[in-house]
Amino acid sequence: MAEQTSPPTAHHVGRAQLLVCAGTGCVSGRSLKVREALLEEIDKRGLKDEVKIVATGCQGFCAQGPIMIFQPDGIFYQKLKPEDVPLLVEEHLIKGRPVEKFMYVPSAGEPPIPKLSDIDFFNKQRLIVLRNRGLIDPEKIDEYIGREGYQALAKVLASMTPEEVIDEMTRSGLRGRGGAGFPTGVKWGFTRKAPGDDKCIICNADEGDPGAFMDRSIIESDPFSVLEGMAIGAYAIGASHGYVYIREEYPLAMERLHIAIDQAREYGLLGEDIFGCGLNFDISVFRGAGAFVCGEETSLISSLEGRMPEPRVRPPFPAQSGVWNMPTNINNVETWANVPVIMRRGAEWFSSIGTDTSKGTKVFSVVGNVNNTGLVEVPMGTTLREIVFGIGGGIPNGRKFKAVQTGGPSGGCIPASLLDLTIDYERLGEVGSIMGSGGLIVMDERTCMVDVARYFLEFLVDESCGKCTPCREGVAQMHGILERICAGQGRDDDIEMLIELAEYVKDSSLCALGGTAPNPVLSTLKYFRDEYTAHIADGKCPAGVCKALIQYSISADACKGCTKCARVCPVGAITGAKKQPHTLDRSKCIKCGACYESCSFDAVLVE
Amino acid sequence: MPKIRPEDLEAIAMRMRRQAKLRDGTARARVTVHMGTCGIAAGARKIMTALMSAMEEQGVDDVTLTTSGCAGLCSREPMMTVEIQGEAPVKYVNLDENKTRVIFTEHVLGGNIVADYALGVGSERVA
Ligand SMILES: Cc1cc2nc3c(=O)[nH]c(=O)nc-3n(C[C@H](O)[C@H](O)[C@H](O)COP(=O)(O)O)c2cc1C
Repeated sequence: MAEQTSPPTAHHVGRAQLLVCAGTGCVSGRSLKVREALLEEIDKRGLKDEVKIVATGCQGFCAQGPIMIFQPDGIFYQKLKPEDVPLLVEEHLIKGRPVEKFMYVPSAGEPPIPKLSDIDFFNKQRLIVLRNRGLIDPEKIDEYIGREGYQALAKVLASMTPEEVIDEMTRSGLRGRGGAGFPTGVKWGFTRKAPGDDKCIICNADEGDPGAFMDRSIIESDPFSVLEGMAIGAYAIGASHGYVYIREEYPLAMERLHIAIDQAREYGLLGEDIFGCGLNFDISVFRGAGAFVCGEETSLISSLEGRMPEPRVRPPFPAQSGVWNMPTNINNVETWANVPVIMRRGAEWFSSIGTDTSKGTKVFSVVGNVNNTGLVEVPMGTTLREIVFGIGGGIPNGRKFKAVQTGGPSGGCIPASLLDLTIDYERLGEVGSIMGSGGLIVMDERTCMVDVARYFLEFLVDESCGKCTPCREGVAQMHGILERICAGQGRDDDIEMLIELAEYVKDSSLCALGGTAPNPVLSTLKYFRDEYTAHIADGKCPAGVCKALIQYSISADACKGCTKCARVCPVGAITGAKKQPHTLDRSKCIKCGACYESCSFDAVLVE
Repeated sequence: MPKIRPEDLEAIAMRMRRQAKLRDGTARARVTVHMGTCGIAAGARKIMTALMSAMEEQGVDDVTLTTSGCAGLCSREPMMTVEIQGEAPVKYVNLDENKTRVIFTEHVLGGNIVADYALGVGSERVA
């Protein structure tokens, strides 16, 4: 019967869906090529009506990209290449046999883990902000609605007064995820109460911390959650317009945001008379001016108005006088993305997650010397150990863990002895670091902490806007001292000087860029002071990083004569016959460390 | 796209639900069509298409369709296995589109095994 074989219609879902990650990380690993290859292969095999390929936002496990999840079986495939596609389609889609060789292997020698839900990286996380990651096509509003999207806004508009919304937000205990951790409901209340006919809200998507990509991923994988959060905020605060201030360097996020805004407008979820409930609110996207300081709220506002992105003195706070002197409420992307869930499930539910003072979850971008780099969402109060070793899978190459740096360039370094620290705003502050926006850099034993401090201060010197003297000059002076120490020209009073300068800069800078800039120095001095002294007094870099203070040599006992080091040396400083111990000529050596990294027998020594 | 009202959300969500179930991997029943070379040659693809259209027409959102390789009984292809959660799998043989539809309605949706088309209840023991 012809009717029975009629092909399924446009809304059909088929029997299988391949969720290919199209987050920036996987895309740079050519996931879009993998997707094309899949489409082609599926067409060729006549499976087009049965199998749907969905490009999702970032799934978080960036270390293993490009990744794909095969549903309904829940199989997690990783490190896919376009050339792998024919085999994968033949085996899994046609013959129904999941392909081991593309599965995740926790560590060498262990069996592969087929199911996403069994992989530690995923099953130790708790997803609230990233609830839809990898599960929806971020370019289709219906998919968001299919996962309870816009129910919070409907509920708010139908049954709550603006004051009730603000009260609910305050009771939830949500604190700003952009860095300072200010209670969101309280901030909304300030802006609502501020005198002014019209008000404005802003989503801060500038995300300037090096290595951080939480906000980018949220927008890429679930842009509607941010839009819905903002619409709820607009209702509560009494704002008719919103801006998303987004980094120029995020083209994919920007594109998805535009698509999402267009679709929301078509459904009447942005614009006039939203949901037929009388709310008028629209959003425009503003491309950032490209400096780190643009993320600071007063600079951001200045940049939005078309002026130089320079901070100004507060008060007045933006809640009193922001964009074009309108009362303005500014929140971070992740803060906004929390809002719909809180309104749908209630303040009690949200505040039951986390610690006394810090509620809900936090998204971290875990990078550095860790096996599973990626995007991780955990409840507040999770230990550093759980993040680095449980979810992060520990340190690669059998090396020792040394420290984690949290909070972005102006955060601090936390040593191994504090691995059991439970992460929340207060605990991080107590140990001399900050939550910041959620950057988390793992460092192994081959990291020099003086060099780390130097690196972050260099970034801050470059990014200081120059408006106030303490930040412009003070941070530059501190950086100069660190450069000297790393170059082997440290002086006995350098440490005292650094501490003194740090206090001045902290206390007298105009904005938090300068206010927190000394953190990397102070926290490394607190926990790794002996490394500073080794540089200054003994002329040694214990981690073997600072070139001026180290010498390479080859241990004749340990060297097996494999010739690997001689082959990687760019200046021909290493000689020796096969299977004979090699020697290194220090007069030629440029201390690039290539031999050290390449040796499999720990025979290259650094001192 | 017309503007929507709060009461429209549910309709959209319903439409999307099957998809969500598929992605969550939470289904009440699972139907496996055996698609080895033999199965495909015998017309397994038509069986798959018939199942997909039946699911769509009836708005079924809690059944998973999958394929697997040859079930080892090539002479009785096309074959499929119906597994209702918590019950023993049932293999059906010598299928055509009509039989498939009957099985879908009676067994997958109704819970009654269609003995006439079934090979047997239960599965070989594996390992
Ligand atoms: C130098 C500097 C850079 C900042 N960069 C960002 C940023 O990229 N994204 C962000 O959300 N907040 C950033 N902030 C914090 C903002 O000033 C502001 O506190 C935040 O956007 C408020 O949102 P929240 O309450 O939701 O955290 C930065 C602050 C400073 C001092």
